Amino acid sequence: MQLDLPILSICIWLPILGGLWVIFAGSKMGEGAVRAQALVISVAVFLVSMLLYQGFDASTADMQFAERMTWIEAFKVEYHIGVDGIALPLILLTTFITIIVIGAGWEVIEDRANQYMGAFLILEGLMVGVFSALDALLFYVFWEAMLIPMFLIIGIWGGPKRVYATIKFFLYTFLGSVLMLVALLYLYRQTGSFDLAEMQSVALTATEQQYIFIAFLLAFAVKVPMWPVHTWLPDAHVEAPTGGSVVLAAIMLKMGGYGFIRFSLPITPDAAHSLDSFMIALSLIAVVYIGFVALVQQDMKKLIAYSSISHMGFVTLGLFIMFDIYAATGNWQDAAMGIEGAMVQMISHGFISGAMFLCVGVLYDRLHSRQVNDYGGVVNTMPKFAAFMLLFSMANAGLPATSGFVGEFIVILSAYKASFWYAFLASTTLILGAAYTLWMYKRVVFGEVRNPKVATLTDLNGREALILGTLAVMVLLFGIWPAPLLDMMHVSVEHLVEQVAQSKLSVARL
Amino acid sequence: MNDIVMILPEITLLGFACAVLLLDAFVGRRIPQAAFWCAMIGGLVVLAQLASYVPESAKFGFAGTFRLDVVGTVLKSFMVVLVLLSFFYAREYFAKREMPHGEHYSLAMFATLGMMLLVSANSLLTIYLGLELLSLSMYSMVATQRDSVIASEAAMKYFVLGALASGMLLYGMSFLYGVTGTLDLSELLIKVSVAEDKRLLLTFALVFLLVGISFKLGIVPFHMWVPDVYQGAATPVTQFIGSAPKLAAFGMAMRLLVDGLWGLAEDWQQMLVILSVLSMGVGNILAIAQTNLKRMLAYSTIAHMGYLLLGMLSATASGYAASMFYITVYALMSMGAFGLIILLGSRTSEADELSDLAGLARRSPWFAFIMLILMFSMAGVPPFAGFWAKWFVLKEVVQANYVWLAAVAVMFSLIGAFYYLRVIKLMYFDEPLRSQAVEASQDLKLVLSVNGLAVLALGLAPSALMSVCVSATLPYLPW
Repeated sequence: MQLDLPILSICIWLPILGGLWVIFAGSKMGEGAVRAQALVISVAVFLVSMLLYQGFDASTADMQFAERMTWIEAFKVEYHIGVDGIALPLILLTTFITIIVIGAGWEVIEDRANQYMGAFLILEGLMVGVFSALDALLFYVFWEAMLIPMFLIIGIWGGPKRVYATIKFFLYTFLGSVLMLVALLYLYRQTGSFDLAEMQSVALTATEQQYIFIAFLLAFAVKVPMWPVHTWLPDAHVEAPTGGSVVLAAIMLKMGGYGFIRFSLPITPDAAHSLDSFMIALSLIAVVYIGFVALVQQDMKKLIAYSSISHMGFVTLGLFIMFDIYAATGNWQDAAMGIEGAMVQMISHGFISGAMFLCVGVLYDRLHSRQVNDYGGVVNTMPKFAAFMLLFSMANAGLPATSGFVGEFIVILSAYKASFWYAFLASTTLILGAAYTLWMYKRVVFGEVRNPKVATLTDLNGREALILGTLAVMVLLFGIWPAPLLDMMHVSVEHLVEQVAQSKLSVARL
Repeated sequence: MNDIVMILPEITLLGFACAVLLLDAFVGRRIPQAAFWCAMIGGLVVLAQLASYVPESAKFGFAGTFRLDVVGTVLKSFMVVLVLLSFFYAREYFAKREMPHGEHYSLAMFATLGMMLLVSANSLLTIYLGLELLSLSMYSMVATQRDSVIASEAAMKYFVLGALASGMLLYGMSFLYGVTGTLDLSELLIKVSVAEDKRLLLTFALVFLLVGISFKLGIVPFHMWVPDVYQGAATPVTQFIGSAPKLAAFGMAMRLLVDGLWGLAEDWQQMLVILSVLSMGVGNILAIAQTNLKRMLAYSTIAHMGYLLLGMLSATASGYAASMFYITVYALMSMGAFGLIILLGSRTSEADELSDLAGLARRSPWFAFIMLILMFSMAGVPPFAGFWAKWFVLKEVVQANYVWLAAVAVMFSLIGAFYYLRVIKLMYFDEPLRSQAVEASQDLKLVLSVNGLAVLALGLAPSALMSVCVSATLPYLPW
């Protein structure tokens, strides 16, 4: 039974309109009413997005729940949305994390709470839009529009250096995206349409592909972020309010990976092939070098930010290693594994990094410090919190039975098929990740109570326990039983690999 | 078609402008609003006349010196709408300061008459006539605040430089006449394309024409007057200069370069590339250093005019449509931004320093939001109209095979984003210096809200305005 509702459009527009409502009607309501309404809207959007999951057919790579309308008549720009097995998990992640974020800002945000909640709801709608757009220009509109609420969230509710951080965040991302716009316009010139499917099938020469690939690379690499364009991320994370950090880490970073999957790989497969060693090198630098950088951080949020960059290195590694795997084994099935690993890693990192930032947020709300040195012996006063944080730290370090393990393991496994040394370097993250996460955990949670204020800490309240508990369930669920996730994306990933395997050069020469 | 019927909107406008002048002189003391309402009614009548007849193909009148076509009619309608909108802002500004304002409306109407002539010119002389009517009215509008030193300085500078630019334009026209023996743009079009042997002289003339056009648009290196005039003039005058006359200048560029000198397209394309890059660069970079909001917006205008040229230089029908779309959207955005300065101003302060915006989100969340829309739109961030304007011209540039130019343009817009972001930073992230709420009349609040929301609405649904621009420039298609 399929209701004939534009479910996907509801997932995009309900939060945007709801967010506007909360901002403008909320200024006259009490804070309690604002929060309650925001929560109701976010839960409603999540439930609607579950309809997508329920009605999704995992046996086909076709775009489902597609909606198509003319947007700009004169130039064939369309409001064209739909999901496949790659976009759907990310959309569900988005609607899920938004509830968490609304909950996390519950009592913490006192200044302009209606604008805070509204901004996150609008952001949610735009992010779902990014993951479901099938028209390149629509994608670009959502992609850029998303910067506006995030810019305001960091700038209004952020820490002391928030203005620097948020302008850096905006300009960095803008730099990448404007070149992507030029690339999209060039593709439009070749195809006469902004339809993503046509862009994916158009023939391009090797030079064209390389220029386009590099323009896309700038846009997506900044977002992922890949070394060496990652420097905005630690600043943005440190200064952002907890909710902002969670959304940045859990969802926004995934857009870079998603962009590679939707744009770079299928539109410029030959350029991706010829530049893959460059991409792998950048990924491995992120994994290893940024892992070391994370080790020396004194600020907990900064440490988790660097750990995010390192983990996202796995995503890009998994995406671009497929050519080497194919060269080694001659089997595209094996190559698909790397991409699946990257996808699992993205989803899992969404939960884990979100949870880690929430943990830091819990401490920050109580002590107003993120410095590792200010803590110590937290377990004495916050045993429940210590237990949750232990789970998430272990997951961040990639302990088996947590979701962090699954993604990393699949990527390492497929890297091994390509080359022993790739796998070797990638595996160092298991040591480094354990080192920086658990060392931080040890210094913050265990040991003597170094600061008299720590002795006065109160343990998690019901709201915080519920939020962290939900995330803990998700981390364990996908750690023990990742099959639903893998099944959902399997056919779509295979379809993607088929597309990438098809060189565009032979067609271009004709 | 009868000549008089063709020029009926212009005649009506002239009649109303004279009526406004007389009304203000004789009953202005007793009924201060008389001039305003008379001007409004006049504008609406003109608008109705313009809308009632849109010619299918170009029609010529007055011995071929006047031209009635779709581009002209559409541009004229947009200009009248913008002028009427600006009157609401002007009324509030002058009323707050208890200044007499009758002559502002009549001067603005004479200027509008000049603009309308300019965009329907089919002869070099008509162009010059319209241009001078427009310019002289604007010089006097800037100078109306005769007690203000900076306003007088601005008017003087504007006048001297403007006269120089007019001289250049005339010089170029005289060369054109010398080579081709005609002032008529339609004849010029044919004679220029066949005069291969006089190419050098024609290009020489073209350079001077471009100087005149660039001056009117405020394009580097003929932009010197823009910051001073924008800052020195009373805010509603600045707002006026920044809106409809830009459309007229675009119309003039279209008439001269496309309707008249299409044969030299290869030459003016190259020149426009240089002018465009210079404008985008100088405008965007110098805007960063400004502390005065009006001055910052002046440099931002210079940059925007660089983007405007991107559409024209692609020398295709849809390229002109892109430029037309750009200039219309730009005029709307700039009107809103100056409108906000008028809203914030009070009897004692112009509120035109950047610091006056500090903490606006606390003093007035709604108008901070409107300004946020306008600034993001100017920066070219979707989903606002300014994005589509940039997108449209960039698309045309890429289509015309200037991919490198598109890359340069987006890099400059990245630089430009910084100073627009700074405005938003001031409004949203900083604490207010003053805490009193924003005071303004209801109708100004309404007009400004509509103005800001129109930028948002055009961003969400740009299709209609794009179609209008595309169909207006359709006659240029075979070229």
